[in-house]
Amino acid sequence: MEDSRSPSGQDMTREPNSALRAVDVLFEASTAVWRRPVRTLLTALGTIVGVAAFVMTTGLAATASAQVSSSFDALEATEVRVQDVQPDGSHLFPADVDVRLSALNGVVAAGVIYELRHDEDLAARGSPSLNGGVAAQIPILAASPGALDASRVTVGSGVLYGSFHADRAELVAVLGRVAADDLGIHDVSAQPAVFIGSRAFTVVGIIDNAVRNPGLLLSVVIPSSTERKYFGSGGIEAEVVIDTEPGAASLIGRQAALALRPDDPERLRVLVPPDPASLRNAVESEVTALYYALAGLSLAIGTIAIANSTLLNTIERRSEIGLRRALGAKRSHIVRQVVVEASITGAFAGVVGAALAVTGIGIISSLREWTATIEPLLVAAAPILGLATGALAGVVPAARASRTPPAVTLRS
Amino acid sequence: MNPPHAVVEVEGLRKDYTGEPPIRALREVSFTIVSNDFVAVTGPSGSGKTTLLALLGLLDEPTAGEYRLDGQDVSGLNDRRRAAIRAHKVGFVFQAFHLIDYRTVLENVQLGLMYQGVRRPQRISRSLEVIDHVGLRHRAQAPCSTLSGGERQRVAIARVLVREPSLILCDEPTGNLDSSNTDQVLMLLDQLHSDGMTIVLITHDPAVAHRANRRFEMTDGRLSEPVRAGHD
Repeated sequence: MEDSRSPSGQDMTREPNSALRAVDVLFEASTAVWRRPVRTLLTALGTIVGVAAFVMTTGLAATASAQVSSSFDALEATEVRVQDVQPDGSHLFPADVDVRLSALNGVVAAGVIYELRHDEDLAARGSPSLNGGVAAQIPILAASPGALDASRVTVGSGVLYGSFHADRAELVAVLGRVAADDLGIHDVSAQPAVFIGSRAFTVVGIIDNAVRNPGLLLSVVIPSSTERKYFGSGGIEAEVVIDTEPGAASLIGRQAALALRPDDPERLRVLVPPDPASLRNAVESEVTALYYALAGLSLAIGTIAIANSTLLNTIERRSEIGLRRALGAKRSHIVRQVVVEASITGAFAGVVGAALAVTGIGIISSLREWTATIEPLLVAAAPILGLATGALAGVVPAARASRTPPAVTLRS
Repeated sequence: MNPPHAVVEVEGLRKDYTGEPPIRALREVSFTIVSNDFVAVTGPSGSGKTTLLALLGLLDEPTAGEYRLDGQDVSGLNDRRRAAIRAHKVGFVFQAFHLIDYRTVLENVQLGLMYQGVRRPQRISRSLEVIDHVGLRHRAQAPCSTLSGGERQRVAIARVLVREPSLILCDEPTGNLDSSNTDQVLMLLDQLHSDGMTIVLITHDPAVAHRANRRFEMTDGRLSEPVRAGHD
């Protein structure tokens, strides 16, 4: 029988092979990473910054978008205004604006508001006992009760006049805080009066804030029905203010002109805020796209940084790589080891980067008094992102390292 | 011990390096080394000793000529096959030791078996045996960066021993050692020779070359065997 072994005792029927087990690749790579912590940290630094920037910008985008949404929903998206296209001084709007518009589904409050024509005889004066009865340059506004509600006023003292006063065209007024100070009125409990022309108006309330019409704070405001009855000035720049339910502004905008002037709706210009959903989506998508672009750029820089560090690392370890080749490592074994090393470094960078980013988002959100919005999946994905970045960054250095000639061991 | 057989058979081996000017490092070299030969290769710097060692160890490809290692024609193999032959049949002892400093003695010795596909438990037990054989059992878990020059070279020899190669190639193994450590390393090589190993050693040191039973002289890429050392 023919002997199948070589003279030195090796089995010649089997071709010797160079083999490297997956578990050995992992062990060799992880040992190379963890036994040199300073080098690993320096190599990972670029990716740590990249992943942190990615998670942070994405998290901040979500946080900022939530903030943008709440701001839009709060005020702008629920306001509709109706104006005269060709003001001619006549009473454009019907007397029952509040009733007509309140009948529309989605209207919270609505009313007409306008300024009285400037007239020396109609200057507002306080009580002689309060400011000497001197006429003041204070704007006089006429507003239906619904207009005050739609303007989202806050009453500091007393009450607002209501439909009770308006229906009877009572001689009542509310004062803006600034106007009240000018007139020397700080409290309405003593039922003070202001004089417009020769008529005394009982001050029933003082307005501290008017979100939609800050001009109210500077003015004396009387019911529009009272103005019609006693002055009939027609007003300047009359407009209807409508406060709607969130999401109803577009619908009300389409219905308001017809409800107010079914005979001549074209006479009216309706100002509707941009649709909140589409506006929010547009803003969010723009903000998010910008953040994603920045995040992508950061990650690209991180990838280049880790590639550069890994490349320098493999050049420095040329002797070790040559030794491995001399001991029988194939080029593919070197590629695998370098790529796995870079991947482990990247995953480590991903964990550290995500931790830094979450901390950063928390700090920024608390400083801006925002609610931090962080997608848990994004944080969980960060190590995988780092691993992928490391693997990608390791390809070129690995290919280069694998070309290290084994004969380098004899020359160094 | 097995009867002597040809471990290295070289016929007309040539190596040219392209460049400006082109260099013929090895000129039609032919020789045979049988099992249990201890061959010292001497010669001036640039005479082609290192090139010869690189070709015998399949670290480089010859420009022309035939080379049979352990009965197998290895002169025309691709990189992948050469790596496989290196993993199983050739062991290297380098002048610069080539240990991985951040790894322990045990891990460095194990590395010799890793590319043979040996599993880790077997690698550890076999490595501990040879570490014990070179007298470094007490340093098995020490990082190589903490070893002396002599200890480092003994670790490198252990890394060769654990592989049980057909051919051991030594490139100035005592070049970086003092006389005391040189003696220890040479005694180890003598012992390997006594155990039946086939060794080719490059050296500038006549005292080291004297320990070999054959001596090759390299001059301008040509090899001669002028002296039979008669060591045995």
